[in-house]
Amino acid sequence: MTVLFLVLPLALLIAAAAVWGFAWAIRRGQFDDLETPSQRMLLDDDPLPPQEKRR
Amino acid sequence: MQAEPYFCAHCQLPVPAGLVEEGEEQQFCCAACRTVYATLQEHGLQKFYALREKVADSPGAPAFVSGRKYQDFDHPDFLHHHVQVDGEISSIRLFVQGVHCIACVWLLEKLPQILPGVVDARLDLGRSFLELRWNSKQVPLSRIASALDRMGYTPHPMAEGEPERQRRSEIRREFLRMGVAAALALNVMAIAFALYGGYLDGMEDSYRDLFLWTSLLLTMISLCWPGRVFFRGAWTSMRTRTPHMDLPIALGLAGGFLGGMWNTWQGIGEVYFESVSILVFLLLVGRYIQKKQQHEALGSLQRLHALAPGYATRLQGELREQVPILSLRGGDRIEVLGGETIPADGVLVAGEAIVDAKILTGESKHQRLAPGAKIFAGCSHWGERIQIEVTAVGENSRVGKLLEMVQSYAQRKGQLLQMADRVAGIFTKVVVLLAVTTFVAWSWLGSAQALEHAVALLIVACPCALGLAAPLAVVAAVGRAARNGMLIKGGDVCERLAKVGVMVLDKTGTLSQGKVAVVAWEGDAITTLAVAALEQHASHPFAKAFVDLADGQMMPQAEDVRIVSGCGVEGLIEGVRYRIGSPKWMHQLGVPVEESELQSILEASLSPVVIQCRSRQGTKVWYAGIGDPLQANAAEVVSQLQQRGWQLHILSGDHPQVVVSVAKQLKLPAENCLGGLSPEEKVENIQKLCVRHSSATTPVVMVGDGWNDAAALAAADVGIAVHGSAEASLAAADVFLAEPGLGALLPLLEGSRRTVRLIRRNFAVSLAYNAVGVALAMAGLLNPLLAAVLMPLSSLTVVSLAWRTSTFPKP
Repeated sequence: MTVLFLVLPLALLIAAAAVWGFAWAIRRGQFDDLETPSQRMLLDDDPLPPQEKRR
Repeated sequence: MQAEPYFCAHCQLPVPAGLVEEGEEQQFCCAACRTVYATLQEHGLQKFYALREKVADSPGAPAFVSGRKYQDFDHPDFLHHHVQVDGEISSIRLFVQGVHCIACVWLLEKLPQILPGVVDARLDLGRSFLELRWNSKQVPLSRIASALDRMGYTPHPMAEGEPERQRRSEIRREFLRMGVAAALALNVMAIAFALYGGYLDGMEDSYRDLFLWTSLLLTMISLCWPGRVFFRGAWTSMRTRTPHMDLPIALGLAGGFLGGMWNTWQGIGEVYFESVSILVFLLLVGRYIQKKQQHEALGSLQRLHALAPGYATRLQGELREQVPILSLRGGDRIEVLGGETIPADGVLVAGEAIVDAKILTGESKHQRLAPGAKIFAGCSHWGERIQIEVTAVGENSRVGKLLEMVQSYAQRKGQLLQMADRVAGIFTKVVVLLAVTTFVAWSWLGSAQALEHAVALLIVACPCALGLAAPLAVVAAVGRAARNGMLIKGGDVCERLAKVGVMVLDKTGTLSQGKVAVVAWEGDAITTLAVAALEQHASHPFAKAFVDLADGQMMPQAEDVRIVSGCGVEGLIEGVRYRIGSPKWMHQLGVPVEESELQSILEASLSPVVIQCRSRQGTKVWYAGIGDPLQANAAEVVSQLQQRGWQLHILSGDHPQVVVSVAKQLKLPAENCLGGLSPEEKVENIQKLCVRHSSATTPVVMVGDGWNDAAALAAADVGIAVHGSAEASLAAADVFLAEPGLGALLPLLEGSRRTVRLIRRNFAVSLAYNAVGVALAMAGLLNPLLAAVLMPLSSLTVVSLAWRTSTFPKP
């Protein structure tokens, strides 16, 4: 179980990286709108790429 | 014959019978819907309808297409104020009206495919914000704006000033704090589970030390980074000697942490790190949702501001150009059409203006102005197009000065001590007293663990649920209120409105409908329709009132219509010659007018209009009284308020005589109803009332809508702006009622009362948990595991109580 002395700090480092990523995302404004993205993902992509659209 | 009803191909509302086109597959209820439908077809975006069918549960609203050119969106001043430029790519945030569901998200985000040059469009559904990025070399903003307009979304620029930016970054900071506290708390909790295992089965000292020191470190980070706000708040509270919730919180956190640190150092005794770090997290959740709610409430009011028209039509020689109001300068000549709002203070140079100043001064009667007269921004103009030479814009205009006054009063508004903070003041004293008692009593009994027990008490008494109780109740209530069309700026507003006090009502636009209508009329059905048919040809504000009388019925054809400017209308309908006009005109024409009839109309503060019908059968004269009718439910709301003990006043800018007649109709004591007041006098009256009544027991509530009410709204304990309010009133008010009329006033008061009751109940529940915890701690029975279970449990109870209780039920 001495591996704990290595694993515990390592786990905390990973957690710190996650927190850093979280802070980065907040600063970029990614959490400003919590409503639309949850619905936007339900929209299907277009079957046709826009170039082939008939005029 | 029962006709099959047709439904509009765009908005799915029934198509009026007159607009049905036989044999057509697509039917439309209005021209706007037809335009939007055609635009979508043209760009191959029919999928919008399929999508909307899937998600929207309510039928749509008719589309609105202004058909405006949006030239002002390309003006350098507009670009400077609203657009960020980064190389070739420009970006703007627009508030788009007409957004309702996810199908709109789909449609608007297709913009880059429809308009080459648009790089990116992102819609925020909750706030109706469209973040737009485009290449300004390829496509001007005006093209994008008019494309949006044709799709049925009216774009408005969102002016984002320094306060908005600050608020947004504050929300982001709160969110970050909450997230960091959560990460730390959960790690400490995971470690604590290992330690709990150690309690039961034993654990080697080296591992125990590793776990203890790690959680000590994490808790320290939690207190020093996200948790710092509580210590800062507590320090301010101590320095200013005003009780605040942060004080007992900081006490518990510091006690728990320092005790735990000492025990970790000594290597014996209990530690409460998991409780401390979870506490920080839960309290930050409360803080975040509170801040978020305030942010949203202010945001929705700000979006209402964005709806005010921001452009004017400037004349340069023969050229007409739409420019942003902010680029108007003194000496510019502008044109205003009938029905538009005057954009700047100025002097009338051409045309005859019929000015409706009710939103500015509260005057319900229209003024007729001849060239050379002064004219003020914020009034609306009826009649033919006029030209104005601008004399003052922005801060120097009358409206600008009123706004300045509003700001000065808003700053002076004192903060009422909130219930949570009052409770916290007593709470802190009790906790400190009990902790000392516990320590002394156990020391006296000779226990080595006296300090231990006192620390346990501090931790378990930390008012976590108490800190959540008020914000949660308020957020839940305010959210529900918003869905019912009442925007409330903050929880303290509910607390103030929960008490019965003095209510001051504005007249024009608040008690009355703020529009011109025929109030006294006894004519028969044939005459009514004939009058409406004739008045359709006139553009006087009274004309619209008569047209409204027809109430959508088929009107007869009028022939030989003649409009005599400043006098009235005449014309022939089905063999009967009608003359509709002022008594003065009738005198000139020699029509016999019954003076007693006129007198009774004038006594009711109405404007008389005389109608003469001449036919072979003879001549008949009718009389109509035109004025600003009271809201349909005004009398009922007023009497209900009085029954509940509210003391009612009217402060109006309208003529005292009109105010007296309104007071008589509503059965209000005449001495409380004042008319002819300037905005300054309204504020003085409010201040007098505020001095006479303490805001803690009898709040002074002002209800109003106009520019002239704004400062009074800011000066009152609670300012309520009603439907159709001026910009300044929205800025000054604490509550905005979106529903026309006074109908929302009673549910607002009732809901506030329920909210305060809910806050009290939440306090009682969380205090009960604290009491149990404190009793256990004093008896020396508390351990970290029990504390860690007890605390979230109380928070959970409070949360579910807040969400389950219906404070603002659906009407």
